[in-house]
Amino acid sequence: MGLDRALGDSFLTTKIEDAINWCRKNSLWPMPMGISCCAIEMMAFAGPRFDASRFGSEVLRFSPRQSDVMLVAGTTTYKMAKVVRKIYDQMPDPKWVIAMGACTSSGGMYRTYSVVQGIDQFLPVDVYVAGCPPRPDNLLNALMVLQQKVQRGESRGSAIVRVGEFHPAQPEPVSN
Amino acid sequence: MMDNQTVLERLKTRLGDTILESHEFRGELTVVVPKEKIVDVCTLVKNDPELAYDFLSDLCGFDMYTPSKRFGVVYNVLSLRNRHRFRIKIFTDEEDLKVPTVTGVWRAADCAERETFDMFGIVFEGHPDLRRMYMPEDFEYFPLRKDFPLMGIPGSLPLPKK
Repeated sequence: MGLDRALGDSFLTTKIEDAINWCRKNSLWPMPMGISCCAIEMMAFAGPRFDASRFGSEVLRFSPRQSDVMLVAGTTTYKMAKVVRKIYDQMPDPKWVIAMGACTSSGGMYRTYSVVQGIDQFLPVDVYVAGCPPRPDNLLNALMVLQQKVQRGESRGSAIVRVGEFHPAQPEPVSN
Repeated sequence: MMDNQTVLERLKTRLGDTILESHEFRGELTVVVPKEKIVDVCTLVKNDPELAYDFLSDLCGFDMYTPSKRFGVVYNVLSLRNRHRFRIKIFTDEEDLKVPTVTGVWRAADCAERETFDMFGIVFEGHPDLRRMYMPEDFEYFPLRKDFPLMGIPGSLPLPKK
C-alpha cells in the first residue's frame, strides 16, 4: 500500500471508532428514493459533471440492503409514505436520511390533503436541502455536511443540520 | 369535418326536447341533458351514422356548491371520423347522487367514472366495478368536494410511526 511508503517504519495511532467512521463517511452508498422531479437533479449529482464519486458516493444502490444513506428526492404523498418507510426499515444500521428539496422537507408548494407536509413526520432526517429543485452542487454540499456528521458518529436524526439558503425568519444554517 | 351548428341541428332533430340547454363558448359546443336520458343520448351520439362520436376522451365531475343541482358530470366526446368534439353535461342534486353509467356505451368510461366516484361521491348505477381509485378504500370523504378542507381531515390518512 502507498501508506507503507509514506510512513516508512513509523506508524499511526487512532481510535477504532474514528477509523470506522472515516471509512463509513467516504463510502456512503445512497439509496436513490427518486419520487419526482428532484430525482433529475439527483441523477446529475451522480453523473460525471458533478460527480458524487469524488466523495465515495457514486454507487447508487437500488437495494436498501446495500445502502447507507437514503436520498428522498421528491413529493411524498401519504400513499408513498408507507413505501418510503418500508424501504428505510430494510436498510441496515447505521443509516442516514437526506431530505432533498422543498416538497420532501416541508410539503413545498403542495399544501394539500394528499401530500405529507415534511418527511420528518415519519422518518428521522439528518440533512435538509433547500431548493425547488436544489442544484446538484447543493446536494453535494448536503453530502459533505452528512460526512461531517458521520465522522462525529451522529446518526438517526440526532443534531439536525440544514444547508442552503434560508429565510431570515428561520434559524441560521449551522456553520460548517 | 363538421361544425358546431351542423352537430347541434342534427342533435335537435334526433333528440328534440331532451336537449335542455345548449351554448357555445370560444368555439366549443356544450349540450345539457337530463341525467335520466344520458345513456340514450350517449348511445345516439355514438351510433348515429352522421355524428359517430366513437371516442369518449374524458368524463369528469364538478361541484357547484349550490342548494339545488349541486353536482354534475361532463362527458367530452370526440368523433374521430368527423374530427369534431363537443361536451354533454348533466346535473344532479346532493340528495340523489345516482347517475346511470355509460360504460355500456364506451368501455373507456370505466376508469373515469371510478375516479369521479372517488373524488365527488357520485354513484354510477350499473358500473361493473365501482371502487375507489386514488384514495384508500376505507377513506370516508370525497376530496374534490367544495366542503372538503384543502389540508384534509387530520388523522384520516394514516402515516407510518416514526
